[in-house]
Amino acid sequence: MTREITSPDYVSTTNACKLCMPLGACLAFKGVEGAAPFLHGSQGCATYMRRYLISHFREPVDIASSSLGENQAIFGGGPNLKKGLVNVINKYGAKVVGIATTCLTETIGDDVPGLVREFLAEAKVETPDGQMPALITVPTPAYGGSHVDGFHAAVLAMVSQLAQPTPAHGGVNLLPGFVSPADLRRLATVTRAYGLRAALAPDYSRTLDAPAMATYEALPAGGVSLNQLRAMGGAKATIELGHCLPGRSAGSWLEMYLNVPLRSLGLPMGVRACDALHQALRELSGRDTPEEIELERGRLIDAMIDGHKYLSGKTAVIYGDEDMVVGVAGWLAELGVRPALCATGGKSGRFPAAIAEVTEGLVRQPARAVDGVDFQQIGEMARQIGPDILVGNSKGYRLARELGVPLVRVGFPIHDRFGGQRLLCLDYQGSQELLDRIINAILAHDQDRHHWGYGYL
Amino acid sequence: MAKVVFEERSDQIFEKGEDRPFRISCDKQSLAGAVSQRACVFCGSRVVLYPIADALHLIHGPVGCAAYTWDIRGALSSGPMLHRHSFSTDLQERDVVFGGEKKLERALRELIARHRPKAAFVYSTCIVGIIGDDMAAVCRKIEAEAGIPVIPVMSEGFKGNKRAGYAAACRAMARLIGQGPTEGISPHSVNLLGDFNLAGETWIIKRYLEQMGVEVVAGVTGDGRVADLMRAHGAALNLVQCSGATMELARMMQRDYGTPFLRVSYLGVDDMAQALYDVADFFGDPLMAARAQELVSRELGALYPQLMELRQDLQGKRAAMYVGGAFKAFSLIKAFRLLGMRVVLAGSQTGTEEDYEELARVSDPGTIIVDDANPLELMNYLLEKDVDVFVGGVKERPIAYKLGIGFCDHNHERKLALEGFEGMLNFAREIHATVMSPVWRFTPRRMALAKEAAA
Repeated sequence: MTREITSPDYVSTTNACKLCMPLGACLAFKGVEGAAPFLHGSQGCATYMRRYLISHFREPVDIASSSLGENQAIFGGGPNLKKGLVNVINKYGAKVVGIATTCLTETIGDDVPGLVREFLAEAKVETPDGQMPALITVPTPAYGGSHVDGFHAAVLAMVSQLAQPTPAHGGVNLLPGFVSPADLRRLATVTRAYGLRAALAPDYSRTLDAPAMATYEALPAGGVSLNQLRAMGGAKATIELGHCLPGRSAGSWLEMYLNVPLRSLGLPMGVRACDALHQALRELSGRDTPEEIELERGRLIDAMIDGHKYLSGKTAVIYGDEDMVVGVAGWLAELGVRPALCATGGKSGRFPAAIAEVTEGLVRQPARAVDGVDFQQIGEMARQIGPDILVGNSKGYRLARELGVPLVRVGFPIHDRFGGQRLLCLDYQGSQELLDRIINAILAHDQDRHHWGYGYL
Repeated sequence: MAKVVFEERSDQIFEKGEDRPFRISCDKQSLAGAVSQRACVFCGSRVVLYPIADALHLIHGPVGCAAYTWDIRGALSSGPMLHRHSFSTDLQERDVVFGGEKKLERALRELIARHRPKAAFVYSTCIVGIIGDDMAAVCRKIEAEAGIPVIPVMSEGFKGNKRAGYAAACRAMARLIGQGPTEGISPHSVNLLGDFNLAGETWIIKRYLEQMGVEVVAGVTGDGRVADLMRAHGAALNLVQCSGATMELARMMQRDYGTPFLRVSYLGVDDMAQALYDVADFFGDPLMAARAQELVSRELGALYPQLMELRQDLQGKRAAMYVGGAFKAFSLIKAFRLLGMRVVLAGSQTGTEEDYEELARVSDPGTIIVDDANPLELMNYLLEKDVDVFVGGVKERPIAYKLGIGFCDHNHERKLALEGFEGMLNFAREIHATVMSPVWRFTPRRMALAKEAAA
């Protein structure tokens, strides 16, 4: 679909709207209790990704590396991988190590699962409880996909390598996708409100949004536990959020191999998507929606009415990770905003259909959905549209400035504003907060634009 | 010897004692699994070449290397801003299998046609080194076609550490130098090497030099332009700041063009003044020396009373620093002394043995000197030395903050000019703002300490 805008020969990438696979894997591993993310590659990858994640979450993000040099690139990285594992287990006290490969180690052909088997057989590690840590491996060559693909691959790896056939325990598995720590906390709260015990995988709501400490926690508390991951096969269902997941997702693996029924839902943003989540929670729990949540829903509808005239007929450009864009597009369409352009650097193949699905019946002309694009292309398309507002991550800042329109920041990365880790977008309450932010951005823009300065909007 | 977390790294840490001979091991591959704060060869090259604002910087590899370096440096430009984009060939699996040369060729053609850069730098990444693309051949071909210098930067991430990347960048810049005319360049002229114009710092230094009657031919690594680099060999002197990044270029220019160089630092009052005096000495012009003295005394006159006021609060506080290059640390130790503070930990990612020797010489007894550190070690020393403020970059910030310790961002992301006399005032204000903030009294560690003290 991008072809009609840019040259069919467009080959270079300018200001990518995506990051590389291992970053997503590291983020997912941060959501496992006692886990240290470990990148098998050269030192720079781990450092760059740490830096990038730190600037969004403003939390320590320790990612170990096998720190390969030229010799290892030629003769294989096995010895460095094993030495690195010993260090990260002994010094960090890791109970789980999430080992993700990089483009370097995939291409030199290191057999990481094989090396890990050798490592476990050699067993040189002394842990306080005598237990060998769980070692999860996931192939994440940077050229194999985006950070979101790496995230989903790591979630699949943790589930498929740990979950076992387990007697039914009545809990549910909740696979939230790449959302903020605030969103994770929200999902945990609403599930609990129905009396459901949920294994949230991954759950970095505490590891990447931790309280101030008296000492540095090498591995901060929090995360889905090994036991929870192992017991996923006994859950009564898996709720997996996201329209643009790979065909072989963690939820579908659980369904196929451990017979856990899968409920596949979009990110709960906006009334229809949130209602779908609560419908599922009602069915799984056998309980009605708690009154507090009903009230939140009611307040959300009330806010939609109060705010509709500020939004109705406006056009938006939405960009970022596929599922976040889909969620925002559906929500804006419910508010009468036309998602004139929905763009992503991802390439799951499901994006255009997902955009069509969430906006169905709400927009007069279908939202244009383009995937696999960079900010050069997004800019070209956005200039033709002349939108009223941009909604996406920090990387659209320059475009918003050029277009002279407000940018409402959602998703990842947010490194030109404070509090990216606390941005709530999901469920009725998150939808409400996003609605407030969007309307206020438009009001502030109007206020600034009129030289007489309205003090009463 | 102080507490060491990783036994294998014990020779990379030194605690200055009264009579212990200095010994440190450095410039080696990071220890696997240690969570080094250090990046890679590509990073070293990219940071040095970053400020050349009218050149195309195309990163040949998968998207990550380019995405993580998109607009992350505060290397400001007074004109073109091509350096602030992130260009990549975004290699895909099929390119890795069949080779990425064709894609690189097409990407270069496309980007050169779109942006009309004055030169193009093409960076190799890990993967390019492994699949063996002949980047040099592609660059030669496009150079002939486009009529601009197209320079390969051999910066495969795994081929050494950041220092190797600095060297690769210097070799790439050396390709430009000597290509342009040198007519009309003043005999009193310099190039600025190793200053990155973070938050406009090069402009401050340039202003001082111009006030002394010195022409700046090229801001080689700050507000850089291809045409200036091409005529940089016409300058009478190279001023080299930053220990590792551009020394090699200075040496190359000395060898190839006979251009002498001076090592300088623009951080802190003493070193800034010394840099200006050294330049005046070099040119042996009494009028210039007088202007330098006048400039320094004027600036200091305005600065001192303000610094002394801040010093009243800061007296006796302890500082730690972990920086990219070790050279910066010398100046920071002096700057902290001027504020009445003591540096108790000084470390760097890429110091040389000589750098650390110098660091040990200028530090107080008890100071920890560390090469290529990691969060666990840094945490141990920050607590052990009961530090009030930590100087570092983005990756060091959360270590300090989690422990309830003040922090000063002194890396490439800073938005505040810290060089020159006004920079010293900014630095002192920032240190004061963080050290004196009341937030620390609410942090778990300080509350526990206060409770202990009361009991």
